[in-house]
Amino acid sequence: MNFTGEQIERYSRHIILQDVGAQGQKKIMEGKVLIIGAGGLGAPAALYLAAAGVGTIGLVDGDQVDLTNLQRQVIHFTPDVGKPKVASAKEKIEQMNPDVQVVTYEEMATASNISGIIRDYDFIIDGTDNFPAKFLINDACVFGRKPFSHGGILRFDGQTMTYLPGEVCYRCVFKGSPPKNAVPACSQAGVLGAVAGMLGTIQAAEALKYFVGKGELLTNRLLVFNALKMNFRTVNIKRNKSCPVCGEKPTIVELFDEEQPVCDLRKEKE
Amino acid sequence: MEFNIAKSINLHDVVCPMNFVKTKVELESINPGEILEIFLDEGEAMLNVPRSLKEEGHKILKVIPIDGMYKIIVEKK
Repeated sequence: MNFTGEQIERYSRHIILQDVGAQGQKKIMEGKVLIIGAGGLGAPAALYLAAAGVGTIGLVDGDQVDLTNLQRQVIHFTPDVGKPKVASAKEKIEQMNPDVQVVTYEEMATASNISGIIRDYDFIIDGTDNFPAKFLINDACVFGRKPFSHGGILRFDGQTMTYLPGEVCYRCVFKGSPPKNAVPACSQAGVLGAVAGMLGTIQAAEALKYFVGKGELLTNRLLVFNALKMNFRTVNIKRNKSCPVCGEKPTIVELFDEEQPVCDLRKEKE
Repeated sequence: MEFNIAKSINLHDVVCPMNFVKTKVELESINPGEILEIFLDEGEAMLNVPRSLKEEGHKILKVIPIDGMYKIIVEKK
């Protein structure tokens, strides 16, 4: 692949980096990223990956844009309210960077469709907002040997880790969904919009580093931060021999859909 | 001394940092040990591009002034 004059200009600030260069930029442009959830995390991740020139961006989301999304889901604009999120995101990506091919899946990721969707991608970004989906993505990526970035946010807190085949998976650290009473009630489940941006952007950076092959990914490490104190730390994590999905005697051998308690606030709206 | 030039790039009127970006793109299209010839304007371009090349470990073999411009002979790292 040769750059056009416009591409040399568009990606000049990447090419100029010693750790990216023309070769690294080409790898980014050949990369295929799947973003599951075009919301708080997926929106900033999609914007930065599109700006970076990632060759193919897949977007999975079955929801429509809602007014309450706009405080943090920065790829969606006021006139998009009511549109499918994947369509709204696709429009913005195409306006921002015509080099990017966008593939949309207007559906929720489930045990029956996820393996088929992730198959075509090199790197998966978990931008979902619920535990069952996060574990489903983990299990599908472990089974499919796909690298993925886990991300979660709540209020002023964020956490993220990057899975590579053979390394620590999300279930090595968190065995399964927390009990219902441990999940905050809807009234407590606010989030600072900028925290979503911080975390989604970290996930995008991990995907780009994965393609370029430089630096150290958040593999075998969990990054946690609190934006109220603006405190960041990474915790080293180890593979768990008794991990239910990647351990020595796995108890999860096929994908499954877990019931999720739907928030009352969301239920009213839907 | 004659150099075996693999590629040549004229960066007349190309300002920083695009002159270095274009140099990098050309350098990455040749093999290590091969030679790139670069034409640069005097002034800012000359102050910056050779320095950046050295920082990335490439070898500047020769600098030849040619009316208001410079020809730089670089060996790729």
